[in-house]
Amino acid sequence: MTLTTAREIREAVVVGKASAVEFARAALARIEQTNPTLNAFNHLVAERAIAQATRIDQQRAAGATLGPLAGVPVALKDNLCVKGVRTTASSKILDTFHPPYSATVVDKLESAGAVIIGKTNCDEFAMGSSNENSAYGPVRNPWATDRTPGGSSGGSAAAVAAQCVPLALGSDTGGSIRQPASFCGVVGLKPTYGRVSRYGLLAFASSLDQIGPFTRTVADAAIALSALSGRDAMDSTSSAEAVPDFASALTGDIRGVRVGVPRAFVADGVDEAVRRAFDQALDVLREAGATLVDVDLPHARYAIPVYYLICTAEASSNLARYDGVKYGHRAATTKDDTLFTMYSRTRDEGFGPEVKRRIMLGTYVLSAGYYDAFYLKAQQVRTLLRQDYARALEQADVIVMPTSPTPPFTLGEKTDDPLQMYLADIFTVSVNLAGLPGVSIPCGFTDGSEHLPLGFQVIGRMFDEATMLRVADAYERATTWAKSVAPL
Amino acid sequence: MSTLTIADVERIARLANLELTHDEKELFTKQLADILAYAEQVQAVDTTGVEATAHVNAHGVERADEPKPCLEVSEAVANAPDAAPEAGLFRVPRVIG
Repeated sequence: MTLTTAREIREAVVVGKASAVEFARAALARIEQTNPTLNAFNHLVAERAIAQATRIDQQRAAGATLGPLAGVPVALKDNLCVKGVRTTASSKILDTFHPPYSATVVDKLESAGAVIIGKTNCDEFAMGSSNENSAYGPVRNPWATDRTPGGSSGGSAAAVAAQCVPLALGSDTGGSIRQPASFCGVVGLKPTYGRVSRYGLLAFASSLDQIGPFTRTVADAAIALSALSGRDAMDSTSSAEAVPDFASALTGDIRGVRVGVPRAFVADGVDEAVRRAFDQALDVLREAGATLVDVDLPHARYAIPVYYLICTAEASSNLARYDGVKYGHRAATTKDDTLFTMYSRTRDEGFGPEVKRRIMLGTYVLSAGYYDAFYLKAQQVRTLLRQDYARALEQADVIVMPTSPTPPFTLGEKTDDPLQMYLADIFTVSVNLAGLPGVSIPCGFTDGSEHLPLGFQVIGRMFDEATMLRVADAYERATTWAKSVAPL
Repeated sequence: MSTLTIADVERIARLANLELTHDEKELFTKQLADILAYAEQVQAVDTTGVEATAHVNAHGVERADEPKPCLEVSEAVANAPDAAPEAGLFRVPRVIG
């Protein structure tokens, strides 16, 4: 049984060519085969998956109309809560946490007929760009196992690339869906801020976090986005904006669509292979009838400092809840220790180095004397950056740029220098700061024996994922990258 | 150019409720100084009269303040490292030193 795309699997289940249980078993078998190498999954929920798949098969037997993801095996990043299922965010501090409720996206997936297979590895609390900050060890890239799959949703990207599942969810605060999608040669979509409810996502930076899908094709990403989106009373930042059938927007026709290229922003610091693949992608879009226009994002060069000042401030506040009282790890104390000793010892034992570093940085920039110079200033530059994008998206219908300035890097290459790791996020973080939707799609490989995946991203206007996906889909149709399969 | 001392790091660690080891303090003193020096470039941007963005789609979301079903107490304390579930309480070390 080959696990192809979500759309094909659903179709096979609907016509009775194969059962949801067969697809679930195939996914579990493929994970068992690949996980010793990839470490993409933290844990599986085999019994739960078979039970849900059995329900789908029974619904079909009873003649019920099946949902848009019926029988589709799905993996979830381990920072998404599933009631009663261990949810760790790849942190020691939550090693034994079993949430008392499910994330809204989990309920939405299951009511669409999807079958949750397991929880994927990620950087601890989604903080990282290489998946090396997981308490459960790094994930390896299915295309080259000495390389990082990207981060922070590295396990979800690797699981789709290695054909363990056709659909996986991740979260994207500063690129954590798009960058690993690019590194693993799959599609990764960050919706408009507010499009998808964040209820049940373990919070990292609440003004930036969004949940989104990893898939093999743009069409699957569109189907998944329609299933995930919508206003949710449990998340006051979720939007009441109407949710279109995104798949019907994929007409293949992009004649006359204005594609903005921020040439000055992408001029420096881009690896030669990435630049070549991006230039070729521009040619493909032009040949498909799009009009390329130059756009300027003068404040994008400040995106990294602005992002790391804001996200760490928000993280220091969000992660204050992990204190050894309500859930998770608690440090051993003696009779003489006070509550405050317990708090600080618990947090020292439970958090890994990158999480501590970000809590420290965020606490610093929010502290008296530094708030105006760092945090407030960053929020003001965020406004200027949003205005840059708003102007550019008047001149263009979408904006394109590389997803990552480099191909997937080697495990261990940047772990000693946090600032170097942060700089790798240059093309993804500004999209989160502006709240815009972005989708990364494969656009080729590096030359020679390395053959590492490369990607570029299409960025849309607020709540106009439809145009963004139409452009991405038209590119996909004009190229063959989506058919490439990791050699693992 | 901001300078950061071990004493600054200790002060921040106290605010953040983090008991750091000596090695961690030394490492963070250097790394945080590097990151902050890099981040200082935002101060060169003219932001006179520019409003701060705390949220990209801030909109008034209000609802009636009515009691609704929520987690049972037993579920709320089920993950606690130390609790008195029958009393519906979390148990912690003494507060006053």
